[in-house]
Amino acid sequence: MSGLWHNAGWHGKAIALLLLLAFLAAPLVSDRYLLSVLILVFYFAYLGQAWNLLMGFAGQLSLGHALYLGLGAYTATALWTLFGIGPWIGVFIAIPVAAAAGMFVGWLGWRFAIEGVYFALLTIAFAEFTRIGFDHLQITGASGGLFLSVNGPGADKWWNLGGGPLLYYYLSLILAVGATFLVARLRQSSLGYRWLAVRENPEAAQAVGINIFRARMIAMLISSSMTAVGGVFYGFYYRNLFPSQVFDISRSIELILAPIIGGLGTIFGPVVGAIILTPLGESLTGLMEAFGINAPGAKLIFYGIVLMIIISLRPDGVWPWLARHLKLDGARK
Amino acid sequence: MTAITLNVIVQGVLTGLVYGLMALGLSVIFGVMRVVNFAHGEFTVIAMYAAFILFEVLHIDPLIALLPIAAVFFGIGYLLQRTLITPFIGRAEHEQFILLVGLATVIVNGILLIFGPDARPINLPYSFDSYTVGSLFIDKVRVLAAIAALAVAAALFLFFRYTRTGTAIRACADNLTGAGVVGLNVKQLYAVTFGLGLACVGAAGTLMATIADASPGLAQAYTLLAFTIVIVGGLGSMVGALVGGILIGVSEALAGFYIQPSMKSMFSFALLIIVLVLRPQGLLGRRL
Amino acid sequence: MTALLSVRDLSKHFRGLAAVSHVSFDVNPGEIFAIIGPNGAGKTTLFNMIAGAMAPNGGTITFAGEHIEGLRSDQVAQRGIGRTFQVVKPFPALTVEDNVVVGALMRTNALGEARKVAHEVLTQLDLIGKRDQLASSLTLPDRKRLEVARALATRPQLLLLDEVMAGLRPTETDRIVSILRDLNRSGLTILLIEHVMRAVTALASRILVLHHGAAIAEGTPDDVLRNPAVIESYLGAEAL
Repeated sequence: MSGLWHNAGWHGKAIALLLLLAFLAAPLVSDRYLLSVLILVFYFAYLGQAWNLLMGFAGQLSLGHALYLGLGAYTATALWTLFGIGPWIGVFIAIPVAAAAGMFVGWLGWRFAIEGVYFALLTIAFAEFTRIGFDHLQITGASGGLFLSVNGPGADKWWNLGGGPLLYYYLSLILAVGATFLVARLRQSSLGYRWLAVRENPEAAQAVGINIFRARMIAMLISSSMTAVGGVFYGFYYRNLFPSQVFDISRSIELILAPIIGGLGTIFGPVVGAIILTPLGESLTGLMEAFGINAPGAKLIFYGIVLMIIISLRPDGVWPWLARHLKLDGARK
Repeated sequence: MTAITLNVIVQGVLTGLVYGLMALGLSVIFGVMRVVNFAHGEFTVIAMYAAFILFEVLHIDPLIALLPIAAVFFGIGYLLQRTLITPFIGRAEHEQFILLVGLATVIVNGILLIFGPDARPINLPYSFDSYTVGSLFIDKVRVLAAIAALAVAAALFLFFRYTRTGTAIRACADNLTGAGVVGLNVKQLYAVTFGLGLACVGAAGTLMATIADASPGLAQAYTLLAFTIVIVGGLGSMVGALVGGILIGVSEALAGFYIQPSMKSMFSFALLIIVLVLRPQGLLGRRL
Repeated sequence: MTALLSVRDLSKHFRGLAAVSHVSFDVNPGEIFAIIGPNGAGKTTLFNMIAGAMAPNGGTITFAGEHIEGLRSDQVAQRGIGRTFQVVKPFPALTVEDNVVVGALMRTNALGEARKVAHEVLTQLDLIGKRDQLASSLTLPDRKRLEVARALATRPQLLLLDEVMAGLRPTETDRIVSILRDLNRSGLTILLIEHVMRAVTALASRILVLHHGAAIAEGTPDDVLRNPAVIESYLGAEAL
């Protein structure tokens, strides 16, 4: 991050600081609804960073990140609900569970040189396979869902994530900011350079001594671990889990929108994408209500159209374009 | 093999042929243009609703409605390629993916807006008829749908083999630069290809409407189903799409009967994983 | 003198078709060794086997006393063999400097150190002025030199060059020839595949001629170019 920080112009620094201050102070002036929207912004920025690490840096398209999200969510929620093990311990069990799944998918795919669309389909297949499996897994309530126990001893304590929206607000903010720092740091490391090389041309990367299999596996390890943490957050924030929701392909798709719309392979792309997309969805809901349109699909129709427009006009994402126009350096970084 | 197992397998084969026709459309589009049509199932579901409306309003049998629906779908495909998709040819997969996911979102929610979430069955006069062959009881609708699917697939196959346009499209798929050099109008051919791909979907969706009830919720499942079939059969192989369809159809039917209907697609995905790992070019695909 | 690279009885066939059959040669430390031959003679296949991009069907490759046949290309690179690609493969979205930094990172994990190495190499190859451009914006001659720069940044003992002069104008060829000569003088051993004969004769101390996958002649440029078999199979055909 230090390199990035030095590269940023003075007004880049000013904007970043102001934004961070605004987010820190936001709960003072926001109502519950606005907070809930911001929580979603941070949540998607966080997950976007995790996915972007694998796709934007290491160049591997995963359309099955719901697998790691769901495994993280189910592991921590089940540990708490069934055994009373709190989320701060649960997260350290959720991470290896999801990471193991990620490593297995990666190992299977990359070991056999499955790349591009084929790899993407492999990731979908694993997520869907697991979704149907959890639909029939009795111990976690099968398709009937797993509900976070709120009556256990200490369930209302903040250290068991039992607090109100404020707790989740700052937690999600910390996750998003932390992930951005981590990703920036990784990008400026030798590992980051190796990932970019592997993304740009695997054969040439290998010719300069890079073990491409290992580079991809490390990216998958970090990405799936981060996504699992997002899953733990999901489980405790929403307090109920259904396989048909958390493992669904639409979860995988929604978490890749922010980084692609924001700018793939950039550090601020996932953040910018989340800041654009989440309020867009929410304001469409508001707009529909204002016009008295009570149609369940209408909002998503607009959402789909906006996606198509953005990807047609700004295929590299919004952030590189924005950074150029605001004259912020380090846009491609 | 018991008679009942044989019955289930035959049902699976017949359904699988309709699946195969749907997947054929995907295979043609990807095989020629390398565009991953992630809105494939959504188009299938539109065709199902079209069949439903033509039957409810005009009392047209889906087996007849198949032709006009396929023709309209050809037109839709042609126009889509000319307008929306052309700029994305040769672009990164994730960009195409977002474009088509956007389109799919629009389609599914459009259907939801117009028709609501409920399933719409087509009650044909012969919906519950069946043929008896020895100890087998085979649904009449499934037999007719399978025959129609085979006929459409055969027509497409003949088109690619024996017409000038078909040969030219195959040339584009084999060697795009070469095709451009010898003066083929690649843009036009691509539009025709997308049209043909969607015509397959139109026909398949119409037939599907006779064996499954149209609902918006099917769309995503069909997209995944089509991809599974195409990968299992081998991308770019026309016969592979049909064989893949049959395999998935049978696996779904067996799993649905002997294990649990809700777990049937788990076996399709398992099959997909196995094929991807052991033979990524698919069962009948050419070497990658 | 022990050879730096020693190829013995190396063979590769694709579905029964012999691309390379029973080729043996030695490259001594400090020399520039060239492999020539008509198109389809098996040069690039031979090259790919040495670089680890392809596993041979038979024979051995010894580099600095260690068997390297069948190793992956990153393992070969780690042992001190750098390579370029006939069809250049830059990292297009990275800057020229970052392309070379990636190469330098093979020997160090410290970015500052890698950047220093990159600057040296870029200066050597006359690319330092373009270090902030994206690799995708370079012209072909620049890209060819970038290939060499990236490989050099890995600090190889042996540099494999696959037709780096192909498609260049004579002045650009001379530029690369003089750069390679300087590199060789500073101790780098070079194995090159080349079609441009003026570059080969200007650089190589010894030449191996491949024809239909087999070695038909080996020796100094003068000897080889006077060899009747070579003239008939290769130079004769080219002259037509």
